[in-house]
Amino acid sequence: MSARLIAGVVAAILIALVPLAASDYLLHIAVQILLWSFVYTAWAIMGRFGLVSLGHGAFLGIGGYVPALLWNFYGVTPWIGIPVSVALAALLALAVAYPATRVRVVGHYYALVTLALGQVVALVIIALRDITGGSLGMTPRAVGFSWFALQFPAKSQFYLLALVVWIAGLAVWLWLDRGTGSRALEAINEDEAAAASIGINVMREKLRVTLISAALTALGGALFVQYLMYVNPETVAGVGVSLQIVFAAIAGGMYSLLGPTVGALFTIALTESLRIYFGTSFIGAANTIYGALLVLFIIFLPRGILGGIEALLARRPAAVRG
Amino acid sequence: MDIFLLEAVINGILLGGVLALLALGLNLIFGVIDVVWIAYAELVMSGMYAVYWLTNAQGWPVLLACAAAILFVALLGVLVHLLIIQPILGSAPINQLLATGGLLFFLQSLATLLFGTDFRNLGVRLPIIELGDIFISFARLLAFVVALLGAAALYLFLSRTFLGTAIRAVAQDRDIMGLMGVDQRRIYLITSAIGGGLAGLAACLLLLQYDVHPFIGLTFGPITFMICVLGGLGNMIGGFVAAFVISQIIAVTGYYLSIEASYVLAFVVFIVLILIRPQGLFSK
Repeated sequence: MSARLIAGVVAAILIALVPLAASDYLLHIAVQILLWSFVYTAWAIMGRFGLVSLGHGAFLGIGGYVPALLWNFYGVTPWIGIPVSVALAALLALAVAYPATRVRVVGHYYALVTLALGQVVALVIIALRDITGGSLGMTPRAVGFSWFALQFPAKSQFYLLALVVWIAGLAVWLWLDRGTGSRALEAINEDEAAAASIGINVMREKLRVTLISAALTALGGALFVQYLMYVNPETVAGVGVSLQIVFAAIAGGMYSLLGPTVGALFTIALTESLRIYFGTSFIGAANTIYGALLVLFIIFLPRGILGGIEALLARRPAAVRG
Repeated sequence: MDIFLLEAVINGILLGGVLALLALGLNLIFGVIDVVWIAYAELVMSGMYAVYWLTNAQGWPVLLACAAAILFVALLGVLVHLLIIQPILGSAPINQLLATGGLLFFLQSLATLLFGTDFRNLGVRLPIIELGDIFISFARLLAFVVALLGAAALYLFLSRTFLGTAIRAVAQDRDIMGLMGVDQRRIYLITSAIGGGLAGLAACLLLLQYDVHPFIGLTFGPITFMICVLGGLGNMIGGFVAAFVISQIIAVTGYYLSIEASYVLAFVVFIVLILIRPQGLFSK
């Protein structure tokens, strides 16, 4: 464990040094990778226990829009707006997860209920077009570098912020694994009735991990908007982005701490390189390959890229791992 | 009664027919094979493009193109089963759902690659029927009638033929039917072909009324899943009734408020109903 911790610290320092060397383009990609890694990690925090949500766009959308709207219309600083949006996302998660847990909506049904939830938030954003700008999206009022407005035009500044948030997401994952909660959730995933019969509080365990996941996702959405200074319903809410979150996390490996991060690295590197290789004349080529790969992953590598590598390493003698 | 409201209600009923057809195909697959094809609406989209391409680029007559599209999507259904579902039939059901989710991305992007993101349509304009002060689009009426005929044909097939009986038997008890000498693999393939064919038929009917674009599946896909779940996944009659309930909610709310509000309400109703009755509205 301590060896992993040291490795983590070393890696973090190395990553923090990147802005000194990198170009704006690479920094932009790096910020995107870090923020998406954070969101995918937030999803996998609950997804790894069989709570497969196809509606995380709902929370991402709340995080994306609420602080920006509060800032534009009332001048409320994101320092208040973001906590408000995080609380709203957690409240929405509670409103759905509590009854869903009560009546044991699981598997297909859980996936489809969350899918509908994502649609509701996306459609509400579009329907309120007078204040949200509808499908065209909106831009938070820009004021240049400002801690009060949480706006950092320089990419290197935002890079450090994204790095801190990404590490915080990993820390939450590790913190959850330290207690009995993770093992309880694994038991619930195996057999809910059996888990309840040995005294596991199914409701409390499921709600806790769901609310944390929703809250972190909203935070991720808010930071995306602070970074891009633009938000539209398609990129932060709705079916498309909800599925993107699920698939990137699965591709990377949702059962491993760094799996969602690998997922973000993999998907963004793939998209960018295919975009550079094919150019914009082949819109869709990247996603065609991506979609085909996803199907192959789920069939042949259900534990994702990192999960697959870990399984390979585990097969070797223990001495090799040290 | 307000004449415009009446028109909205009639349009709702007509929309319900096509939604019911979509729900039937999805329900058949769920009931028999026990998987959710999350990319079902994208199969419909593929069928719409097939009709468009055959008529506009190849100059086929519309009816012939429709027949070809139905066969094409039926074939796609078989491929989905053979290539995606069959290898992971033994793993957790959610994996099968997610694997077809990968297919969703694949089909969407492939359509973008082949046809671009422009909206395309048949270029056929069907007349508007006037009934007193009410205007009804002939395309919608035709779609409604054909959808009901398709549903009736499926019902007759499942209840009156030997093969249909075998399919229903497998839906009721997979393991026993294996022991009774029913070839499950064959039944699954036939079911997938029928499910695909129904998606192809729906595609032809939808193309009469709507433009096709690569992301059209996202607009009616979610609503189709809602309908299936409300009716009870696998329960075809329930799904049929639910299609009309949902389409009325959409049509009437759309009349009073806005299109988005009507879909928001439909989804909220869905979420609330599922949390009250998770086994579906019409299950015993």
